[in-house]
Amino acid sequence: MPNHLYRLTANQVTCGIKNGQFSAQEYIFQILERIEKVDNKVNAFVLVDKQGAIEKALSIDKRLRDGEAVGELAGVAVGIKDNICIKDLKTTCASNILESYIPPYDASVIRSLKENDAIIVGKLNLDEFAMGSTTEFSRYGPTRNPWNLEYVAGGSSGGSAASVAASECAVSLGSDTGGSIRCPSSFCSVVGLKPTYGCVSRSGLISYSNSLEQIGPVGKTVLDVVMVMNSIAGIDENDQTTKPIRPIATLTSEDITKSNISSKYTADQNKRNITIGLVKELIEGADPAVSKCIYSAVDLFEGSDCKCEETSMKSIQYALASYYTIATAEASSNLARYDNIRYGFEYDPEGYEWNTYFSNVRNNFGDEVKRRIIIGSYVLSAGYYGKYYLRAHIAREMIRQEIKSLFERFDVLIGPTMPILPFKIGQKIDDPLKMYQIDIDTVIANLAGIPAISMPIGFSNSFPVGLQIMADDMCEQTLFDVASFFEKIVDVRRSPEI
Amino acid sequence: MVEVKIGLEIHCQLTGLNSKLFCPCQCDYQGEVPNTTVCPICLGLPGTLPLLNKMAVAFASMISLALGCKVQERIMFYRKNYFYPDLPKNFQITQYNAYGITSIGAEGKVDLGAKSIGIRRVQLEEDPGRLIYENADVNANFYTLIDYNRAGVALVEIVTEPDFDNPKDVRLFLDKVTSTIEHLGVCDIKLDGSLRCDVNVSLKEGKKVEIKNINSFGDVEKAIRYEITRQKTMSIREIEIKSETRHWDDARKVTMQSRTKEEEQDYRYFPEPDIPTIILGDQFISTIKTKMPELPDERKIRFLKDYALSDHVAKVLIDNKELADFFESTVKLYPSSPNEIAHWIISDLLGLIDDIKKEERSLLSGLRIEPKHIAELVKMIDQNKINRNIAKSVLSQITRTGEMPSYVLDKMNASLIDNESKIAEAIDSIFELEISAVRDAKQNPNAMNFLLGKVMQMTRGRADPKITLNLIKARLAKME
Repeated sequence: MPNHLYRLTANQVTCGIKNGQFSAQEYIFQILERIEKVDNKVNAFVLVDKQGAIEKALSIDKRLRDGEAVGELAGVAVGIKDNICIKDLKTTCASNILESYIPPYDASVIRSLKENDAIIVGKLNLDEFAMGSTTEFSRYGPTRNPWNLEYVAGGSSGGSAASVAASECAVSLGSDTGGSIRCPSSFCSVVGLKPTYGCVSRSGLISYSNSLEQIGPVGKTVLDVVMVMNSIAGIDENDQTTKPIRPIATLTSEDITKSNISSKYTADQNKRNITIGLVKELIEGADPAVSKCIYSAVDLFEGSDCKCEETSMKSIQYALASYYTIATAEASSNLARYDNIRYGFEYDPEGYEWNTYFSNVRNNFGDEVKRRIIIGSYVLSAGYYGKYYLRAHIAREMIRQEIKSLFERFDVLIGPTMPILPFKIGQKIDDPLKMYQIDIDTVIANLAGIPAISMPIGFSNSFPVGLQIMADDMCEQTLFDVASFFEKIVDVRRSPEI
Repeated sequence: MVEVKIGLEIHCQLTGLNSKLFCPCQCDYQGEVPNTTVCPICLGLPGTLPLLNKMAVAFASMISLALGCKVQERIMFYRKNYFYPDLPKNFQITQYNAYGITSIGAEGKVDLGAKSIGIRRVQLEEDPGRLIYENADVNANFYTLIDYNRAGVALVEIVTEPDFDNPKDVRLFLDKVTSTIEHLGVCDIKLDGSLRCDVNVSLKEGKKVEIKNINSFGDVEKAIRYEITRQKTMSIREIEIKSETRHWDDARKVTMQSRTKEEEQDYRYFPEPDIPTIILGDQFISTIKTKMPELPDERKIRFLKDYALSDHVAKVLIDNKELADFFESTVKLYPSSPNEIAHWIISDLLGLIDDIKKEERSLLSGLRIEPKHIAELVKMIDQNKINRNIAKSVLSQITRTGEMPSYVLDKMNASLIDNESKIAEAIDSIFELEISAVRDAKQNPNAMNFLLGKVMQMTRGRADPKITLNLIKARLAKME
């Protein structure tokens, strides 16, 4: 039995368990031990479901002993961002206002993971209601970057990225509204995918901004991300915005056996002749410490039969304004339901008149959430709708159109995921505008609805740098092909010492 | 004469559906234990998404077409944001036309004969839950109970242009719309709260006053009359009429101020991101059209043509689908006298029904009358087996017992006496008793009728009046 089972990738875990190299129980004990050992430093988990995890592991082992079939993710330890509902487990969105909320149903993605025999080990930290880029706005305190505990892990899915980077779970689910999966993936040196809008069901994802967000996987490798996608992607009758995923055009039976995957996507590492568009605005706006890293990666690609060409995306100048207008508008409405009547937190209404009680309840949101609710209510109010909300949609359409035309020339567009390196905890928290600006590279994919992946591309001053790759609508497979090809030629996978 | 402008907002629950508008919960909540016909979606639990009921779109399209609306090709839903404890999400998913018409129906027209009423829009939306106060005086309650069973039930809102200028037309319109909805089979209008109406009333160039909480359609007319009088009185006394929302006080039959609309509430409408835009192509609309049942206007034309009914009779029948269906079933059983059948239904049968039931439009519920009864009764009349007076009392008995007319008649031992010799015997004895009347009868037809009455009295109404009268005439002629 290998010593550090907790360090294995999801693919290695299921293979190991299915081939009898180790049991799910042995593996999950190591994972739980690992969480116990490091999470007091990282603060990625807000809840660990030890009992549920062990029970699931025992059931997988039993079925394997009995010669029964197990799912494609059998035994893999998965962490779930705490804004995705799991039946009978507290789901708080890291907010005081949902302090004691226990959902009576599973999110569709959770059902899929359970059916595929993944082991859900617990709930992961985030910015309150996924509003933030650092995981500092959490009632549980900030998640720390496993590469340097004084630094932010990125956000809002900070727990999802940090837990995988610190090997507290093999893969995790996050949600990405304006970069919330990709930002922490970049900061923590893991692979994180924001799927095409409509590719993964949002049923059970507690909404922040419905028209922008998607659930997506975080993993140590592209293959792990692909494996999770194969479990969660596709049409769901509980989410009418889901669309049929694009089937793989050239999938041979050999591919299927090789990658242990029976359906949907593969991680084909032999992709050649890729046409890459390097987005000028993204790279020029980045910190030199980041862009230097991207340029050396580009050199590597060019030396490996890829065509790399600089290109411009003019509409980027409207992206942030458009994003924050739409996101806050939708958020102001989504968060209206938290009135503590049917669920929420302990607060006795006895003796209060409804309006007073309601105001007191709503005062339990954190400052960043309040700020976004107020902005969102403002941009939707009579007389301002046309000035802000409608114009934000016009800008969004411009961005969509420009991106579409770029994909007529390029297979993928690349640039840095984040314009800066991770910074110290507390450094930007008091300046909302500065905080919003670091989302500039990631919001584009959400506005356009296209898939985007962040993958480790190197280190700068011993901090991770992430490369962002974007592909056309529903072209996840292209993204996986390119990303696994890059992964092979760049290969910067390391583990933080923690 | 001060000009009055009246507009209506009608809410119709789509009780013909099995499930709610955005979730699989059963939509029939009547009589259910509070908070049992609910699920995470209609309770607005975090993370749930609305799942549009396609049948509801079809039903709303039918209503739109029946009200002469264009069914829009692109349908969108909007969020109407406001905080209220009966609203699980604190926003209502509805439709909105301020940024381009995307409600299911728009620009319709309903013909009322002399004039027509414009339909501004027909839209789909979700019903909120219900607040329940244990004490009838709302302010005397220390707490409010909430029942979410109704939350998420599909509603169709029909908004008219302010084209009415008198309450009578409103009544005509409501009758027609109600009958249309009944004919479409989308709503059981007898269910409590399944059909609700808000009214806007304004005097010429005056401010608009909205009246809510009118629970019965009969009160709509009363509320409008009251409101017109109130506003006219105010304007005569030069008191300013404010734009406001008033509530109809059901007990006192007056409108009461509820909320002054000095600041228009800002609902911060925006498109519902969780429901994709729906494209209803020509094919959808033509499929709906083929599935549409016969509508009241078409049915009336057919009644006039096939049964040779008068315009008025046909209208009374068709304004209430239950009556029209009853009529047609009866005619099917006895096709010879549709006019006679219609008259028996709309004058004699309706005459037996009290006003409360008429208001509730549940005309025949509780009565044991069936088409076969009327069919047999009319047939007996046609065959002179029973006269009209007796038939009326037979009818009233049937509605209570459900017995066949012939059986009732036998039991009453009231078969018409058409045996001339038996009638002649009775005439003989009356002529002996009423000598002065007999004398007068030669000149005075009133005295002749008096004699007829006496004979009828003696035979307990069973003598055939035609035969009796002829015999009396013959007897008088013989005496000369």
